[in-house]
Amino acid sequence: MLKPPDDGKARAVADRASIFPLEVSRLSFSDRGRTLIDDVSFRMEGRGITILMGANGAGKSLLMRLLHGLLQPTSGTITWGGRPLDVEVRARQAMVFQRPTMLRRSAEDNLRFVLGHLPGPAQDARVEELLADAKLEHIRKTPARLLSGGEQQRLAIARARATDPDVLFLDEPSASFDPASTFAIEELIRRVHADGTKIILITHNVGQARRLADDVVFVSRGRIDTHQPAAEFFAKPRSRTARAYLEGRLDLDALDYL
Amino acid sequence: MSESGSIFSLALGLVLSGDAELWSIIALSLRVSLTAVALACLIGLPLGAFLAVVRFPGRGAAVALLNAFMGLPPVVVGLFVYLMLSRSGPLGVFGLLYTPAAMIVAQTILVTPLIAALARQSLADLHGEYDELFRSLGLSTGATIAALIWDGRYSLSTAALAGFGRAIAEVGAVIIVGGNIEHVTRVMTTTIALETSKGNLALAMALGLILIALALGVNAAVLALNRTARRLAYA
Ligand SMILES: Nc1ncnc2c1ncn2[C@@H]1O[C@H](COP(=O)(O)OP(=O)(O)OP(=O)(O)O)[C@@H](O)[C@H]1O
Ligand SMILES: [Mg+2]
Repeated sequence: MLKPPDDGKARAVADRASIFPLEVSRLSFSDRGRTLIDDVSFRMEGRGITILMGANGAGKSLLMRLLHGLLQPTSGTITWGGRPLDVEVRARQAMVFQRPTMLRRSAEDNLRFVLGHLPGPAQDARVEELLADAKLEHIRKTPARLLSGGEQQRLAIARARATDPDVLFLDEPSASFDPASTFAIEELIRRVHADGTKIILITHNVGQARRLADDVVFVSRGRIDTHQPAAEFFAKPRSRTARAYLEGRLDLDALDYL
Repeated sequence: MSESGSIFSLALGLVLSGDAELWSIIALSLRVSLTAVALACLIGLPLGAFLAVVRFPGRGAAVALLNAFMGLPPVVVGLFVYLMLSRSGPLGVFGLLYTPAAMIVAQTILVTPLIAALARQSLADLHGEYDELFRSLGLSTGATIAALIWDGRYSLSTAALAGFGRAIAEVGAVIIVGGNIEHVTRVMTTTIALETSKGNLALAMALGLILIALALGVNAAVLALNRTARRLAYA
């Protein structure tokens, strides 16, 4: 399924890898007296697709925002390739949000917005390529905010891909989509991955996680319960809560909001 | 009743006959107010966007001041500009007092806070929506401001129209700094004030009709802009 980068545009593997490993040490985030991320430490390499799973409110989106530097931790450190998380590191990453932000422009101009550094013809060529891969050519002139949910999500992924990121964060990219849209989005994610981009993705869709994951991080109540290779995780999760989650059982201890 | 009716038909006749004096007054009014609004947009839009985007100490006070300046009394602005431009004033050497340029300066000062305050309001909402994406993309403050102004273009046009409505209708500032000199600085509002006091009601009424038509036109344009923006989901 994975194609090697075929367009010569993807940056060299070694160059991309310089942003890794991701090292998180004693990371905490509190807000109004609630500890939402609780003393988390882990290390992540620059290959593959990592899936974050866990119950609603577990802290997955929060953790992702912290890793991307959109939120400042209350304590603890995050380094990417030994460097602190600064603007330069963030510029090598991209994020697609749970509710994608569409600029008040056409679908095509949403892509051009992040391609301003490319001269005319190169920019045109890149736009064509991105639109084609996201299957959006027929609606390129449509205002992005009038696109369907699935189309908006594909456009958001294409726009993130346009920045040629070393890391792509995706927060539930196919929540509430039909199987065909979900498939289209997964295909697109595989393409980005084939560019050499590390994928970190949140999903509640166990089927999707099984299809995409190389490794799984299970988050529960602001902590990392387990971080395992995917095959191992789905066969034998090392956490009681994760087992309950996968089997669709309620583990009342894991739920904050009940 | 019949008297005001005949004044009304005289006024309508003036408008329709293309009376040269009438139209030169209208042309000057438009030139002054449109230039003032253009300048006010050049200053006010980036200023409003800046206040919507950048956090700095004293920002709250700056916004409060801007909102207060939205309602500046035109005569006070006129007086201020008069003092600046009068021969003994700091800018007196330019000899701008009683010229259209002075009127443009006064109206620019009058409507810049209005345009900036309205821009800040609508761009603050837009910025709330775009902020995480722009930070994720590592956009600079300048690029953020430019993108917000472009994506907020419909609501900003509405702000510009509001500024034009205020500029074209005010009389206090232009009469002080322009002096209402025939063929030089007479605009619609100052002419109405003068001709009414002289009892020349037909000309005053003719200009009044034009002003009302302009006001209606501005409102229609705002309505059309809002409708287009909503249709394109750009609102
Ligand atoms: N920026 C923030 N500031 C303060 N609290 C926050 C912030 N973002 C999220 N929270 C709180 O942190 C907790 C975890 O939220 P988060 O969005 O990370 O959950 P999640 O695991 O992504 O859940 P879901 O599966 O429902 O998306 C929630 O209780 C939420 O209210
Ligand atoms: Mg979430």
